[in-house]
Amino acid sequence: MRAEYLDRYSRLSSPVHRLWTGVKLLAAVAVVVVVVSMPRNFWGGWAGLAAVAGFLVVVAAMSGIPWGFLLRRMLWLEPLAIGVALLSLLQVGGWQVFLWLMARSSLCLLTMLLLSNTAPYSELLRVMRRVKVPTMLVTTLALMYRYLFVMMDEAGRIKRARMSRTFSERGGGKSRRWRTAATVVSQLFIRVSERSERIFAAMCARGWGDGLSRDRKGATRSSALLSHGRSLTVAAQIVKDNSSGNEGR
Amino acid sequence: MHIPDGLLDVKTAVAMGVLSATGLGVALRHVRLHLPAKRVPLLGLSAAFVFAAQMLNFPVLPGVSGHLIGGMLTAALLGPSAAVVVISAVLIVQCFLLADGGVLALGANIFNMALVGSAGGWVVYYLVSRAVKGLFGRVLAATFASWVAVVVAAVACAGALATSGTASWSVLLPMMTGVHMLIGVGEGVITAMVLTFIAKTRPEMWGDAAAAKRSQKPEARSQEMGGGQTVNPTGTERWGAVIVLGLLICVGLALFVGPFACGWDDGLEVTVQQKGVHVSEAAEHLIKVPMPDYKMPGLGDGRVATGVAGAVGTVVVFGLAWVLARSLVRKMKPAVDVGGSE
Repeated sequence: MRAEYLDRYSRLSSPVHRLWTGVKLLAAVAVVVVVVSMPRNFWGGWAGLAAVAGFLVVVAAMSGIPWGFLLRRMLWLEPLAIGVALLSLLQVGGWQVFLWLMARSSLCLLTMLLLSNTAPYSELLRVMRRVKVPTMLVTTLALMYRYLFVMMDEAGRIKRARMSRTFSERGGGKSRRWRTAATVVSQLFIRVSERSERIFAAMCARGWGDGLSRDRKGATRSSALLSHGRSLTVAAQIVKDNSSGNEGR
Repeated sequence: MHIPDGLLDVKTAVAMGVLSATGLGVALRHVRLHLPAKRVPLLGLSAAFVFAAQMLNFPVLPGVSGHLIGGMLTAALLGPSAAVVVISAVLIVQCFLLADGGVLALGANIFNMALVGSAGGWVVYYLVSRAVKGLFGRVLAATFASWVAVVVAAVACAGALATSGTASWSVLLPMMTGVHMLIGVGEGVITAMVLTFIAKTRPEMWGDAAAAKRSQKPEARSQEMGGGQTVNPTGTERWGAVIVLGLLICVGLALFVGPFACGWDDGLEVTVQQKGVHVSEAAEHLIKVPMPDYKMPGLGDGRVATGVAGAVGTVVVFGLAWVLARSLVRKMKPAVDVGGSE
């Protein structure tokens, strides 16, 4: 797991981190809604935004996440908002709209960054389960997170294999580099499919059955989910160990 | 195309959230009922795959690099409902883990990229691959559908932003579609290449419905890789989800794009001209086929001109897709025969 940068600070220990995840999720959505529905065109709006900003700064300070990290991530994600907000400059009185949109989207971005770095992903999934998000979706999200890092390593391995077989990354024309990229992507998908077959076999071997796809009653769902989740964890671990052995061939 | 928070107003975000929640629910139900149990883990892994594939960059222009979006690719490989689930999962993780795309805008992003960009693209893919038979037809369909999906998703995105009053439609539409017509060309080319590679190395993984059925029958064969059994609607009972998804897309486009498409502003002329220059320049750079300027002479009305230009652009892209598919399929002829006959 080298791709630690995804949610590096979500396992710190601070008053914000210890708060129940559901509360944090609700609070984040509430802040975003408040920011977005803040009326413009009078000073109250700006004062409201400033109040929200103050609140977020306090939360960020309490959470102990390094400021440099937050700022860097905000700068990294900001271009998306700037791109659209710049278009607002082209209309009448666009300057004010531009500033307003930038302030709004920056605050929302900070909110989401704080959420993603104070709430571990597994906790978010637990909240989703509790509010009865369909099991299939939660399972997909759980598996996705679990294999995200494996896939990135896999992509890295393919990349390393390619680099060790060619003189330079820039070798060849553009069409060759496109073909290389396409090969890497297709290779990745083929490996993904094979891996999912192995995972399924491992899950079945641990008594998974097809409780997930068939059960509809609430009574059986939670127990099925529990055992399912457990077998998934075990299966994932085993398959990961196996495959890391295979990869070396 | 990830809309961040703060650019959509609450009513647009909620309306699009309702649409995508319905679409995602329908897709989940369809997948739960029709996806073979052994393919369930593939959903999560495909989502991880799309996430990882989006991080692989390839050069487009000097200094500009693009990456695969993967909506249409997923839909072609897994079928429309599974693709909606997979792309939605990717968007949810990008939102909560990376803060890429807002939480309030999540509904809009799922609508644009999962419903329109993936399921909507699949409809185009299905229709074209029905009309043109064989592997060539499927590569052609995937290429063309990728482009259409990216462009229509961009139009939907522009509609959502304009409905929120973020910027005016006459600015948003040319910008969004102009940029994404280029991105769509790249997406189409890379999707076609990836699918051709998969068809070459693992023909059973990407087959049409009939071929999948054929390879599904011998049990020994399907052990190898689940026999390319996508969640494609093969029987009548499976069309429900696709029809509902299609209806949702139509409702969304009618709500967020319809009002603007009927009343164009001025200022279009300038931006259309810009877009025309943009597209032809880059297209020449990419594939060395001259593309017509996006302003037809002799058509005064902006709406008609844009409509005609859009139609011409679509026809040209279809032609390019034809040429690309022809060359890709011809290169791998021997491998096709092995895959096709078995």
